[in-house]
Amino acid sequence: MTIASASTSPEGARWGSVRPTGGGVGIRLLVGSKRLLRSRRLVLGLVVLAFFVLVALVGPHLVGDPNAFVGPSMAGPSARFWLGTTMPGQNIFYQLVDSTSGTLEVGFVAGAIATLVSVVIGIGGGFVGGYVDEALALFSNVILVIPGLPLIIVVASYVRSGGLLPTILIISFTSWAGYARVLRGQTLSIRNRDYVLAARVAGEKAWRIVFVEILPSELAIIVSNFIFMVVFAILTQSTLAFLGIGDISTLTWGNMLNVANNDEALTSGAWWWFVPPGLCIALVGTALALINFGLDEVLNPRLRVYKAPKGRP
Amino acid sequence: MTGPALEVRRLTVDFAQRSGPRLRAVDDVSLALRSGKTLALVGESGSGKSTIVRALGRLMKPSAGEILLGGKVSTLHRSDVREYRRHVQLVFQDPFASLNPAHTVAHHLARPLLLHGRATRHDVTGKVDELLRSVNLVPAGDVARMYPHELSGGQRQRVAIARALAPAPDVLLADEPVSMLDVSIRLEILNLLDDLKSQRDLAMLYVTHDLATARHFSSEIIVMYRGEIVERGPSDEVILHPAHPYTQLLASAAPMPGATRASLAAARGTRQKARAARDAERREVTVDAGCKFRRRCLHAMPECSTRPCDVETAPGHTARCWLYVKAAPPDADVAAPTRRG
Repeated sequence: MTIASASTSPEGARWGSVRPTGGGVGIRLLVGSKRLLRSRRLVLGLVVLAFFVLVALVGPHLVGDPNAFVGPSMAGPSARFWLGTTMPGQNIFYQLVDSTSGTLEVGFVAGAIATLVSVVIGIGGGFVGGYVDEALALFSNVILVIPGLPLIIVVASYVRSGGLLPTILIISFTSWAGYARVLRGQTLSIRNRDYVLAARVAGEKAWRIVFVEILPSELAIIVSNFIFMVVFAILTQSTLAFLGIGDISTLTWGNMLNVANNDEALTSGAWWWFVPPGLCIALVGTALALINFGLDEVLNPRLRVYKAPKGRP
Repeated sequence: MTGPALEVRRLTVDFAQRSGPRLRAVDDVSLALRSGKTLALVGESGSGKSTIVRALGRLMKPSAGEILLGGKVSTLHRSDVREYRRHVQLVFQDPFASLNPAHTVAHHLARPLLLHGRATRHDVTGKVDELLRSVNLVPAGDVARMYPHELSGGQRQRVAIARALAPAPDVLLADEPVSMLDVSIRLEILNLLDDLKSQRDLAMLYVTHDLATARHFSSEIIVMYRGEIVERGPSDEVILHPAHPYTQLLASAAPMPGATRASLAAARGTRQKARAARDAERREVTVDAGCKFRRRCLHAMPECSTRPCDVETAPGHTARCWLYVKAAPPDADVAAPTRRG
């Protein structure tokens, strides 16, 4: 409804009946969707990401078995095998499509868990204050100084079964602490602002103050954290898989790189084996980074570029 | 005459400091707010005015003293605080900080209405508009849909006042309600507060730096210095015949439009000296027995190293100063003198 009316009368949409009296953030995002789409970076990032998500959802049903030995060994791209074949003769294009869902799953699930933990510990500790805050801050600091990758390597090398879940849990466990600190600092600053005190004077309950008065101000940080954590999780999973750590039975782009490396694709010049997964990782990372910068451009008034509306004198 | 709507007895607030002893921000302050009357609280920054407001707004735990709401002691129990918030509301100093940038005006007013059962989900929009009209924000329907950043400082402060009025309180605490506003709209806001006070029979506490508006809008003035009440009395009395040297200093610090360049320069010199003295004094936080003002006082006497008591200089007008104690007591023994006329 919002978008439809926005396309016919933009001013009416911004100031007219669409403006909600309740003031929900979601509705405001919808109202602002026209503004969101003005950032080219954001649109480009969203399009690329949407493409990969679509491939992850639909792709596996359209392609054949990625593990079947169907062709000659190390054949280059051809009409039959679009991206050539592996050493044992598997179709690389099938593998690439099939890997998409696993890779994105690790990224988004690990990102979501880490965001949730950082929000609970950061905002919770910052709001409650006192000994609870001290304890939670100490805990985050301890996690923060544990060197992440070595820990992941040690733990992941013990856990070699169970699919992607152990990897997801390890990545989210090691990555939330920095963002929890950021959110704690922000919460400590917002907690004593006058509008939060005013909500207390009005008689609001603590949980409402956290979710309705404090959280909306931190939403931009949380979204940005989430996106960065997704990128971090995808890169970490690829790193681990490339090093051959963790469960390598599930297909991901990192696992493809690992196998390609083991079978000496690089030395034998089989670029069609290692370039596509590497490129996909880079593309998803770039898309997420573009979304992040684009959102920043839209949400941060200082980065907003004024563009004259078309068709007006 | 009925009892005060809100009364504070011997309120003391201490702050823990990173090092050294606790800082006594409010020291043994008693005051009473009566329905339909405004009490002005005057003093320099750091004198404890805002701390009193925060303690009275139940945002801060006092170290000692009790707060009486309608003659009954109000405790920090959850149910008591809830009841207290229905009767006592706060207007903050900075309207740019006291409204949440993420929410509409309607949200700010609807929440207290719903929380205190002044409105139901069905009639809340009408009640919000009614509140907005009562603070002269029209057209109410349009203003309700706006976000704080779309409003001017004066409009924001009106919204903040409307929010404070939402639970239909008996007592309104206004913490320097106009100091962040443009000079041209200060009077409008003060007049609005004054009208609301008469219409709703509110008991109002008006915290300010500004002696002129304190005199104009209040019936009684309390002057604070470093957490203590140094002078109190009917507003005309206190402003026209300031008794305590600190009040005299405050009165002379207010700029006059008719002053000449030379007198302004002289006044600036005095102010700078006073500020240096104040900064030096703030560094030493020990609360000794004597008058806290004696280091800056023009009339400092040997007696000032012992604690003065409140002396009545005119009916209802008291000052905490040795100057008005007719017969100075012997140096060491502080037999608290009785009030003299």
